[in-house]
Amino acid sequence: MSGRRVGKGRLPAVLVVPAVLGLAFLVLPLVGLLARTSWAEFPSRLLSAEVGEALRLSLVCASLATVVCVVLGVPLAWVLARGDIPGRRLVRALVTVPLVLPPVVGGVALLLVLGKRGPVGGLLENWFGVSLPFTTAGVVVAEAFVAMPFLVISVEGALRAADPRVEEAAATLGASRWLAFRRVTLPSVMPGVVAGTVLSWARALGEFGATITFAGNFPGETTTMPLAVYLALETDPQAAIALSVVLLVVSVAVLASLRNRWVGG
Amino acid sequence: MRALLLAVLLVLTGCSSQEEPPRTVTVFAAASLTETFTTLGKEFEAANPGVRVTFNFAGSSALAKQITEGAPADVFASAAPANMQQVTDAKDPVTFARNQLEIAVPKGNPGKVTGLAAFADENLDIALCAEQVPCGAAAKKALAAAGITAKPDTLEQDVKAALTKVRLGEVDAALVYRTDVKAAGAEVEGIDFPEASKAVNDYPITVLGKAPNAAQAKAFVDFVRSDRGKAVLAEAGFSAP
Repeated sequence: MSGRRVGKGRLPAVLVVPAVLGLAFLVLPLVGLLARTSWAEFPSRLLSAEVGEALRLSLVCASLATVVCVVLGVPLAWVLARGDIPGRRLVRALVTVPLVLPPVVGGVALLLVLGKRGPVGGLLENWFGVSLPFTTAGVVVAEAFVAMPFLVISVEGALRAADPRVEEAAATLGASRWLAFRRVTLPSVMPGVVAGTVLSWARALGEFGATITFAGNFPGETTTMPLAVYLALETDPQAAIALSVVLLVVSVAVLASLRNRWVGG
Repeated sequence: MRALLLAVLLVLTGCSSQEEPPRTVTVFAAASLTETFTTLGKEFEAANPGVRVTFNFAGSSALAKQITEGAPADVFASAAPANMQQVTDAKDPVTFARNQLEIAVPKGNPGKVTGLAAFADENLDIALCAEQVPCGAAAKKALAAAGITAKPDTLEQDVKAALTKVRLGEVDAALVYRTDVKAAGAEVEGIDFPEASKAVNDYPITVLGKAPNAAQAKAFVDFVRSDRGKAVLAEAGFSAP
């Protein structure tokens, strides 16, 4: 489907001017960052062991966190959109809490529940000998906590826009709800799932506050790129800028390649 | 409608009163000075009617960066001389207080920590500040003086974050400033150790060269260095220079 254009002709200035301003607002800080980068030192910084380690940790943790978001978030979005549950508005509002919560507060909240002295953390430690704070698993938990709302909101929006009668038709043809979800619903909301996944991944990759509060900061275990950038800023702003640019280039490259593959432009 | 106009007019004229607008002293101060400087600021305002003191509390290096990027500050009080040196605009900074490290443990001391040696224990959960921030640099010095190789589980981005981990009982011990232990109250216990004297932090203060309100800024710095200022700082756990 090539998509018919409605109302061809000149774009109205009332839309174009704010659009250009908006784009400039988003892109100019990026240009500032690139302009202040010392490119001569860039390759050596990129190849340093610590940067490699932080970058690897960032990519692995953000990807694992995104998997957690998809596995838990898609069903949650489906229940919110289709399930006939009491207090649905309240549940929907609760899902967005991590979006409005300052990430550092989210990190403290995670510590209070999943930390050594927290009700859930205490059980994990006693039953399984598992302790989440100060571990790589803790980074994944913190990132998934802040990233999941992006996925749930995107997928729920897509589900609500999709026509439920298609599912009902599948049901009348004998499909179970699970089969209808898998074969009919999920494919029809795939663009929403992909968008939500990309948003979650990007949010997880840039996560700082909840991670440093809940998982702490230790090189090779919990120091992701944003943490490395923050600490570099304390002593060596040039290094911090270089690290930011690395993170930026890698994330843009990943997002662009995913977009080409799944969404097709 | 006429009543509404009248009301608006009254409000407008009320706003433009005859008094001189209050002059503001903008103080950029290290996060560890939050409690003491807030107290001193209130007392300074009370003693100088019409003068307002506003604070920007943050990590010293972040403040230094804001000042070099042109933030309109009158006074800069840093937790380390190094950050003061980053600010080329600083005129003859003077040391007004000193702070030293103390071991902080959660109430009841669950890890049974008695001294710096506990920081080498793999089985304890230990928080230190990252070396890039002043409390981490001081910790490194103190540990080196004691000949201890620490086994930290986390390197926190500032001293308050390290203290939070102790408060919540997530770590068995952390190295923080004595003033932080005092400010934390009953939730945290402090343990002194001899090597702390090897890593004392000097706190310099100065009026900035581009201070928009230099006269009152100097008055505030003088107040911090007065006997009253020293008393407030001493009560919070700072030692005199």
